[in-house]
Amino acid sequence: MLKQTILNSLHRAAGAKMVDFGGWDMPLHYGSQIEEHHHVRHDAGMFDVSHMRVVDLSGDGVQDWLRHLLANDVARLNVTGRALYSCMLNPQGGVIDDLIVYWVGEGRYRMVVNAGTTDKDLAWMREQANGRAIEICPREDLAMIAIQGPLAREKVWSALPGARAVSETLKPFHATWMGEWFIARTGYTGEDGFEIMLPTDKAGGFWQALVAAGVAPCGLGARDTLRLEAGMNLYGQDMDETTTPLETGLGWTVWLRDDRSFIGRAGLTEPTRKQVGLVLLDKGVMRSHSAVQTTQGVGEVTSGSFSPTLNRSIGLARVPAAVTVGDVVQIAVRDKLLNAKVVDYPFVRNGQPLVNV
Amino acid sequence: MNILAELKYTESHEWVKRNADGTVTVGITDHAQDLLGDMVFVENPAPGRQLAAGEACGVVESVKAASDVYAPLAGEVVAINIELETAPEAINQDAFAAWMFTMKPTNSADLDALLDAEAYRKLVESEQH
Repeated sequence: MLKQTILNSLHRAAGAKMVDFGGWDMPLHYGSQIEEHHHVRHDAGMFDVSHMRVVDLSGDGVQDWLRHLLANDVARLNVTGRALYSCMLNPQGGVIDDLIVYWVGEGRYRMVVNAGTTDKDLAWMREQANGRAIEICPREDLAMIAIQGPLAREKVWSALPGARAVSETLKPFHATWMGEWFIARTGYTGEDGFEIMLPTDKAGGFWQALVAAGVAPCGLGARDTLRLEAGMNLYGQDMDETTTPLETGLGWTVWLRDDRSFIGRAGLTEPTRKQVGLVLLDKGVMRSHSAVQTTQGVGEVTSGSFSPTLNRSIGLARVPAAVTVGDVVQIAVRDKLLNAKVVDYPFVRNGQPLVNV
Repeated sequence: MNILAELKYTESHEWVKRNADGTVTVGITDHAQDLLGDMVFVENPAPGRQLAAGEACGVVESVKAASDVYAPLAGEVVAINIELETAPEAINQDAFAAWMFTMKPTNSADLDALLDAEAYRKLVESEQH
């Protein structure tokens, strides 16, 4: 039996094509995932991300505990509401999960973890909190809706009375409260917008108010092509417990500028592989697990799809560290070898293509 | 799910239309496009190519996946729909209007052996359970 978010019946009523996403019955698209993609790049779209789990953390010493638990340093959060993207590592330096953590007040943090990893994340965190006065509270009573696109904030303000006053001056990667609602200027698309966490019993009404305000419901299909264009990793695909953040393009999230002791630090050795962007020069679509042939050795596409903005296939790949931007490599796609160019990513940000081929 | 009564079908989800001049027109079904989602590339066989029945001769590729297109019967490719190269989304908009290629069957009686609309509907329904 698949798990359902509180918005499941609204998705079905809107004609969504539903798929099993890690045990959750989620919308893939509501007609055309490419149209939904463009809507987010040029206007405003929304995603039901209530399958992701909000976890509230509190207690004396919670900051010290998080500084040990996470590869990024929560001590960098110097303003209430500020968000930090981090990996949570195992002792070998492998990625247990990637997450966002918000500092919400003295001795209190709010974390958002991936849906498919929630159970193991909670088990790991409880094990690490053993013997400490840390309260770990998964918030199954909250839904989460991501509204993304250049007009997203404006449309949220028109749909939600009072929201403009509390969130108009909110900077990117910061969050604020509106009663029980938590409004964060974060996302997974490379566009401006909000992720809003709210009581489940308010989610249906808010979703419908957003539809009325002209926000297009978007499914996981568009979410994947948007995050790939934005150069954002997907857990389980671009990284997992067998890869370190340094091998998967997430070195920038590992805070190593002091001698802080954190789980996994000892496992972060100089990597022999690295993550690069690929743009396919030939016709076709790269898929995850396609082999990448380079003059430096073999690599693998970790995320590959079609970019609606660039109108060609793009991907992220893990390749030998000596591969450099500008190299032309060969990708095994079905029964052919196709040419691709190694590029810096993100591929697209704020509606604008960033790569030229 | 849209299935046109006057067409023939294959188990690999192509539709086949008999033309007055003895050729047949081939495309993929509405059910197939629904499963694949937004189309981004279409690859057709070259005109003049001789195809065996069931031979993989083309590709439709969506954002989600690539899928082979199979020759419904033996024969020679006569014409291809080049508009699909620049507008693959036409298949999503109307799969029965967005034909892929026409072919001249080696034996026009082969057409009778393909599925009729009712048999195809049953096939699709059985795959959904």
